[in-house]
Amino acid sequence: MLNINRDVCGYCGACVAVCPEGALELIDAYLSVEGDCIGCGICARACPLGALEVVHED
Amino acid sequence: MKTNYDLLVIGGGPAGAIAAKTAAEAGLSVCLIEKRPAIGTPVRCAEGIGKDLLKEFIEPDERWISADIERAKIIAPNGTAIHLEQDQAGNEVGYILDRKVFDRELVWQAAEAGSDVAVKTRAVAPIMERGAVKGARVISCGAARNIGADAVIAADGVESKFARWAGIDTTVPLREMMSCAQYLMTDIPIDPASTDFYLGNEIAPQGYAWVFPKGERTANVGIGIPGSKNRDGGRARDYLDRFVAKAFPGGKVIECIVGGVSVCRPLSCTVADGLMVVGDAARVVDPVTGGGIYNAMFTGRLAGTVVAACVSAGDCSKDALMQYDEGWRTSHMGRLLERNYKVKEFFINLSDPQLNALAESIASIDLHEFTVMALIKELIKRNPKMLFELKGLKDSLS
Repeated sequence: MLNINRDVCGYCGACVAVCPEGALELIDAYLSVEGDCIGCGICARACPLGALEVVHED
Repeated sequence: MKTNYDLLVIGGGPAGAIAAKTAAEAGLSVCLIEKRPAIGTPVRCAEGIGKDLLKEFIEPDERWISADIERAKIIAPNGTAIHLEQDQAGNEVGYILDRKVFDRELVWQAAEAGSDVAVKTRAVAPIMERGAVKGARVISCGAARNIGADAVIAADGVESKFARWAGIDTTVPLREMMSCAQYLMTDIPIDPASTDFYLGNEIAPQGYAWVFPKGERTANVGIGIPGSKNRDGGRARDYLDRFVAKAFPGGKVIECIVGGVSVCRPLSCTVADGLMVVGDAARVVDPVTGGGIYNAMFTGRLAGTVVAACVSAGDCSKDALMQYDEGWRTSHMGRLLERNYKVKEFFINLSDPQLNALAESIASIDLHEFTVMALIKELIKRNPKMLFELKGLKDSLS
């Protein structure tokens, strides 16, 4: 699953544009993750601040 | 806000505002919705635009012009500086806007032209009828409602979702998503009439750092690198902090801005039945500079003009709206996007020594005619070692 650190996130939307699944949405001053996130981590790479982290549940 | 309009515009940035204004002036009933509670904030932009380009749309007004730029400087990794005066740099030199005020002005003009405006109102799904977009389901200050429309213009920015919901893939490749961080800094020693661009692997791998003046001792100081270059501890924000610590150690940060800027090719098709995509949502940012305000206004105006004719003719099918797609693609702006995409692909693959060599070879010459082609010819003449690469670029552009 995707962890969003809201204290770090600058809600810029760079992650939304690179998500191949369209699973992210920038509402206003917060980012929301929809159900179809596949945990690929591309969004976390795009983030200028490091606010996103894919957590693998073992 | 009514329940039905000729045109619904999603997004209150420059693309959406100009589209709404153009369509309203042509006689359409228009509603422009903006998901944020205020137009123009938060800013996600370095705020530069060419003077002549701006004037195509609006008379410059000191209320929203922060700085009048006279020259530009490109600084190579080893410090070699290429100086460009206004008559040479053309539209790479211009105004630095105050987007908070500028964007409001554009939306105000759309409203004055007759468009309805609703803030804190976001689209959550397209209304589809027989495969065509006929409006949007929105949430306005928490209340769900439908807004019907003969056509919708998606001007929802880099984080665009609307076109995707209507079936257009808008995904930007990670390596073509510039991950950007910017500080509005004050109390820093700058040349208030010069935009400065810093290149180099240490400063901004495959990107650049910029200093865009906003006043005597105030500037947008920012950096952009491809998303694929971000590492933990080496993200855009970290590069910016390192640049600032070196360049402006005593400066004060009064605003922290982050953003994503696409430098990919535009969407392969920017229309569908009942839908047109404009501005950053259409991925029409200049791939070399990352500038998008002019292209947003250009596509917004063209979309507004085309949709006005289509609504009047009672045909908002994809075929009818294609006039917009073909129009911007064959325009000077469209051709420039394609050319600059190739220029970008060339430059991001240069090493620091290569960038230094190119900069040194032209730093001392007076570039009277600063066209890209003239520059490439000059570079070929002066850099025999890079003949192969440069000729490849020249051939791809001609």
